[in-house]
Amino acid sequence: MLNKKHLVLLASTGAITLAGAATAQADTLEDTMERGAVQCGVSDGLPGFSAPDDDGNWQGIDVDVCRAVAAAVLGDSEAVNYISLNAVERFTALQSGEVDVLSRNTTWTTTRDTTLGLNFTGVTFYDGQGFMVPSDLNITSVDELDGASICIQSGTTTELNLADYFRANDMEFNPIVFDTSEQTVGGYQAGRCDVLTSDTSQLAALRIQLSDPSTSMILSDVISKEPLGPVVRQGDDTWFNIVKWSLFAMLNAEELGVNSDNVDEMLESENPNIARLLGEDGNYGEGMNLEADWAYNIISQVGNYGQSFDRNVGMDSPLEIERGINKLWTEGGLQYAPPIR
Amino acid sequence: MIHNKDMIPEQPAPKGTIGPIGWLRGNLFNGPINSLFTLLGLYVLYLLLVPTIQWAFINADWIGDSREDCSRVGACWVFVNARFSQFIYGLYPSEEYWRANIVFAMFAGIIAWMVIPRLPFKRWVTVFALLGFPVVAYVLLHGGYFDLPRVSTHRWGGLMLTLLLASVGMIGALPIGIVLALGRRSNMPIVKTFCVIFIEFWRGVPLITILFMASVMLPLFLPSEINIDRLIRALIGLTLFQSAYMAEVIRGGLQAIPKGQDEAAAALGMTYWKRMGLIIMPQALKMMIPGIVNTFISLFKDTTLVMIIGLFDLLGIVQAALSDSRWLGFSIEGYVFAAFVFWIFCFSMSRYSQYLERKLNTGHKQ
Repeated sequence: MLNKKHLVLLASTGAITLAGAATAQADTLEDTMERGAVQCGVSDGLPGFSAPDDDGNWQGIDVDVCRAVAAAVLGDSEAVNYISLNAVERFTALQSGEVDVLSRNTTWTTTRDTTLGLNFTGVTFYDGQGFMVPSDLNITSVDELDGASICIQSGTTTELNLADYFRANDMEFNPIVFDTSEQTVGGYQAGRCDVLTSDTSQLAALRIQLSDPSTSMILSDVISKEPLGPVVRQGDDTWFNIVKWSLFAMLNAEELGVNSDNVDEMLESENPNIARLLGEDGNYGEGMNLEADWAYNIISQVGNYGQSFDRNVGMDSPLEIERGINKLWTEGGLQYAPPIR
Repeated sequence: MIHNKDMIPEQPAPKGTIGPIGWLRGNLFNGPINSLFTLLGLYVLYLLLVPTIQWAFINADWIGDSREDCSRVGACWVFVNARFSQFIYGLYPSEEYWRANIVFAMFAGIIAWMVIPRLPFKRWVTVFALLGFPVVAYVLLHGGYFDLPRVSTHRWGGLMLTLLLASVGMIGALPIGIVLALGRRSNMPIVKTFCVIFIEFWRGVPLITILFMASVMLPLFLPSEINIDRLIRALIGLTLFQSAYMAEVIRGGLQAIPKGQDEAAAALGMTYWKRMGLIIMPQALKMMIPGIVNTFISLFKDTTLVMIIGLFDLLGIVQAALSDSRWLGFSIEGYVFAAFVFWIFCFSMSRYSQYLERKLNTGHKQ
């Protein structure tokens, strides 16, 4: 009798613990506070997006999203556990709770947004498929590539996009397919093809690997849409908002001219938009259960979007990718964040 | 009858048949065709070696800390130099390197103690290596005890992780393999069936699939509050996979022991475990050394597959370093370094096994 009672008691305690754990799981913010670090999924090495530097610190535009979230939530941009994921396991790791933010150059598509139980929180980088050509061919646009032999990496959507585009425009091309990006560059360098195609973010990295990068140029045309952004699990809207607005805060900061160097002077700014952004006027972190200085922490520790872009992939980095469509909307680009008010 | 009373004195061998010249004549130039092949071989060697040496040593850049210090004519060892500590420790925090160093030193000490025949107390060192050392290594590397800051396993990497994976795999696979091999030869149907199914399952699936299952599928099956560390998942997968192979190697050795040995031991009244432990296994294990070391070497190299589940072993961390935008385009240097380190380890394992074979040779060899 006693044994049976004991068992029932044990079972019910177990069930309560399980239920407790389940609700705790849904509250990512609380878990993160308790752990003292953001669990962030990054790539296993992608130039300019996420890669460890000489001292073993992760660097990149995707990494800066993790750091921004950590700064907003914990006030410390270094409080991040980086977990490197490959392309196959990235969504599983997010679904199973191994990571809370997936910031791994993931293209925002219908399938991923609607069928995997995930939410995209914004766009950190508007990517697209581009072309690299030798400078001395004097090619300026994709339309001049009719009949060209083109080096591609196999098994990527690049191959598909290319075929689609050329068929739609009634042009012909001769695909030369390689297995890895290193082989693709090697093939291009050896003159196996006239043109090399890949996402523009990768083209810059491939160009550096040429023995003389100045002999090749990247065309400004792109033939596909690849908006890359951070991803979170569905079902925890507070966390979704935090990740979404961490990026928006960086964009708004750039638009308002606030950066990591002048953020302390800007605290005294008369501009009401800046005062709201930095938490001097009202507390806009409240709705996300954050402190009023959440955006101040992001900007002072990580910087604004423009700083992150320049440092990791833009002109201050070896990749030297043009801002292009990633300029702010005020400068003719696509980057636009809703206002903080 | 005429005969010479004096023995003809010993004469030195004719010049040209001894020494290096004799060797050359006997082996490389003993006929026109062989001479031709020798010259051809030397020419090919010259064609290969000269550019390699020029690239790797003469034109190479050694000193500096950025890609600007490299002329790009020869190898840029600056890259390996700048990343060296990362290749060894992975992303382990640099102020905690001393902890990994202690573990490395203990590991090297244990190996040296076991390998050098003169040193005493081998039995106790073995016991410590199998029971004490893993605990000490875990406490030191992972931390969280005795005021050591915690370093979670996703920061472990480089050669440290490769050695960890390989040694846990080896130490885990050997006993499991022995048990499985004995089980497969057992007369008890359930034990036998279980062992056969286990071995055939793990041998029938590629390691890469097992690692993928462990890292992608397992978390989906488990309830979300149970989160097994990915390193542990990889270790379990690797050990079970290796133990199936080990079991078959050991079973091969067991089959080479004549049945009479077992029967004679049984006639003396020995129990099953005594027969196995005192008669069969000592003879069988000795013969299995080449097979076991072969499995170990392949395991050592197989550890690089953990790269696909996002663990940075030596090769993984080299590849991650290659994707740093400041070091793009030095893949050859990185891969040469990784290959060199792997070669050193595999070659020493192979040499040690040959030494062990000679030492334990009691005449079974034909």
